[in-house]
Amino acid sequence: MSLTRKERTGTRAAAKPSDEGAGPSEVVGSRERSSRRRRSLRSPPGGLLRRRWFRYVTAGAAVLVVGMAAIIAFQLWTGSRLAWEEWGLAFITRTEWDPVQGEFGALPFIVGTLLTSGMALLIALPVSLGIAILLTEYAPRALRDPLIFVVELLAAVPSVVFGLWGIFVLAPLVQRHVMPWVAATPLGLLPFFGEPGPGYTLFTASLILSIMIIPIIASLSREVLMAVPRDQKEGALALGATRWEATRHVVLAYGRAGIFSAAVLGLGRALGETMATTMTIGNSLGLNFDFFSPGNSMTAIIANELREAAAEIHVSSLVAIGLILFLMSFILNTVGRLLILQTHKGVG
Amino acid sequence: MNAGARTIRGATPLALLALAVPTLSLSGCAGDGEGRSATLTGAGATFAMPLISLWSSEYEAMTGGRVNYNSIGSGGGIRAHIDGTVHFAASEAPLSVEQFERAEGTLTIPFTIGTVTLAYNLPEIDELRLTGDVIADIFLGGITHWNDARIEELNPDITLPAERIVVAHRSDGSGTTYVFTDYLAKVSPEWAEQVGSSTSVAWPLGIGGNGNEGVAGAIRNNPYSLGYIELSYANNLGMPTALVRNRAGNYIAPSLEGGTAAAAAAVETLPAGHEPWHDVSFTDAPGETSYPLSSFSYFMVYEDLDRLGSQITPERAESVVRWLEWTVTEGQAFNGDVSNAALPERVRELNLATIERIRFNGEPVRPR
Repeated sequence: MSLTRKERTGTRAAAKPSDEGAGPSEVVGSRERSSRRRRSLRSPPGGLLRRRWFRYVTAGAAVLVVGMAAIIAFQLWTGSRLAWEEWGLAFITRTEWDPVQGEFGALPFIVGTLLTSGMALLIALPVSLGIAILLTEYAPRALRDPLIFVVELLAAVPSVVFGLWGIFVLAPLVQRHVMPWVAATPLGLLPFFGEPGPGYTLFTASLILSIMIIPIIASLSREVLMAVPRDQKEGALALGATRWEATRHVVLAYGRAGIFSAAVLGLGRALGETMATTMTIGNSLGLNFDFFSPGNSMTAIIANELREAAAEIHVSSLVAIGLILFLMSFILNTVGRLLILQTHKGVG
Repeated sequence: MNAGARTIRGATPLALLALAVPTLSLSGCAGDGEGRSATLTGAGATFAMPLISLWSSEYEAMTGGRVNYNSIGSGGGIRAHIDGTVHFAASEAPLSVEQFERAEGTLTIPFTIGTVTLAYNLPEIDELRLTGDVIADIFLGGITHWNDARIEELNPDITLPAERIVVAHRSDGSGTTYVFTDYLAKVSPEWAEQVGSSTSVAWPLGIGGNGNEGVAGAIRNNPYSLGYIELSYANNLGMPTALVRNRAGNYIAPSLEGGTAAAAAAVETLPAGHEPWHDVSFTDAPGETSYPLSSFSYFMVYEDLDRLGSQITPERAESVVRWLEWTVTEGQAFNGDVSNAALPERVRELNLATIERIRFNGEPVRPR
C-alpha cells in the first residue's frame, strides 16, 4: 500500500511541472501570465502535445526494458543451444562437470545455489523480521532513523567488499569457531553438517549471503509492517493484548504475505549474487550437500570458467546454466511481485 | 523502496560517465591513424597482462607505437583471433587441432616463459621436496596426510606433521592450471586418465580460489595447505615453495633460470612457426637445471594479414611486424621485472624466422 501511495504521489509530482511547463521559460507580464494560465486550464495547447510526447518517451523506455529482457532470454537460449541439443533437459540433472572430456551437467551448481540461498534465507529472515519489528513497534524515534540508515547502508556495500571480508575475516572465524561449535550441537548430527574442514564452504557463503540480503528483507518487511492499519493494532491493545501479542497476532498476521514476498525478493538477490559467493564458497566440483565442505553455485561456475572456456560445448554449457538461473530468478521475482500486489489489494 | 529510488538517482552521474567514456576513447583513436604507426589491438591471456602492459608502455616510449591489450582470457583471445577481430592474440595454451583448423594460416610465436610453483603452508618447515607423482597423488586424494611415507621418503631431514593436507587450486579457468595439469598428466598416468590437462579441469578435491591471489589467500589462511601459484605471486608474497624433482633427478627450486633452461632443452623439438603447435609443451623437460613446471605463452597472428579485412591497413601491417619483432628481441629484457623467464637465444631466432613469413597484399611486410 505504501508503494502504491508513493507511486501515486510520484506521478502527481512528475505531472505538475509539465502542467506549468508552458509558461515559465518565457518572460511575460504577470497579468498576461495569469490569464494564460487560466486559458491553459481550459484547453492546454502546448501542454497536451508535451504531455503526449512525455508519454511516448516513458512508453518507449518501458518497451526498451521489456525488449531487453526478451533479447537476453533469446540470446541465452541461442548461446546454450549446443548444450540442450547434446543432452536435452537431462543437462539439468547431470552431475558431471569435466571440461577436459567435454562432459557437463548443471545439477551440482543448482543444488549449491539452492542450498546457500536457502540457508541464507533461514538465517536472514528472523534477523530481518526482528529489525523490522523493532523499527516499527519498539524503537524510539531517536534510535529508529539511525538504525534505518545503517541497515540501508549495508545494502550499499559492494559485494566484492563482502567477499574480501569473507576471505579475510569470516572464513577463518567460521573455520575456527563457528563450524566446530555447530558440529558440537545436535545440529551437527544432521547429514547437512559434516566434518568441519577449511573455511571456504557452503556455510561461509550462506553466512555472507544472509548478511547481504538482510537489508533488503528488513526494509521491505518494515514497509509491510508500517502498512498495518493503526486501528487494528490499537484494537488488539485495547482488548488487553500485550505489545508482543499484538505484534504477533495482528501485525505479523496482517503482514504475512508481504513478509513472504520480501523473503522471496531477498532470495532472488541471494540466487544471483556472484562475487561474494565465488570468493567464499570454495568452488569445488561435484554434487555436495554438506554445508561444512566446499561447494559451488551457478553464478560462481559461470564467473570462474567463462573467461577461459575455449571449447564451444563448454561455453554453451555455461550459458545454459545462465539461462536456468535467469528463469529461476524470473519466476521467483514474479511470485514475489504478485504477492506484494496481493497484499496491497488486501490492505488497501 | 527508498533504496530503489536512491539508486536510480545515484545512477545518473554514472550513466553520464558511461556516455562520456566512449567519446573520449573515440577521440583518442582518431589521432592515431595520422601517425606513422597505427594502434594495434590484442586480446587474450590474463597471465600475460603484466608483461604486455609493461611492454606496451615501454614500446610506446621507445618507438612511438601503440598497443592496446585486452586481458579477456585465453579462450576469449583465441575466439577473437578466429573471428579476425584483433591483430594478435595471446594464450598460454597453443591452438588445439580444431582451433588451428578454424584459424587457418596462424603463426605461433612463443613470447615469454611462465613458471608455476607449489606453495605450501607448513609451520616451521622451509624446505620441502616433492616429485610429480607425489603431487599428482596429493591432488587425486591418494595421499591425504603430510606424514605419508611417500612424502617422508623424499624429505628425510625434516619431521612432517601428522595433519591432513588442505589442497588449493584455481577455480577459474587459467593458463596456470593448464601448465600444472599438463605436467601432472605427463608424470602420472593415473592423472592423465582421471583428470587430464586443460585450463579448467574436474578437480577431484580441494578448495578453489579465484585467481592467483585467491589460491595464495587460501594457502595462507589454511595451515597445512598446498597449492599452485605463479612464481611472481609466490615471490611478491614471500610464500615458501617446494623444490620439484626434474627428469634428470635433481630437486630444483622454481626460478627464472630454471624456466629458461627448460625451454632451451626443448628447442630441438619445436615446430616451425606456421606449423601446428598443439602438442608443444616443455613441462617435465630434460636437462640438469630445468625446472619442470614452466611453459611458453604464445602470440597468435595470421601469416596472411589480409584475413583481418578492414582491421588492417598497410601501416598497421608494418606495426604488427615491428611490434612482434620488438617483443621477441629487445622486449625480452623486461621479463625479469614481472618474474617471467626470458626466451633462450634459439627460440628468438625461430621467432624472427616466423615473423618474416608475415604477408600483406601478397607481399612480405618489411617495416621501414
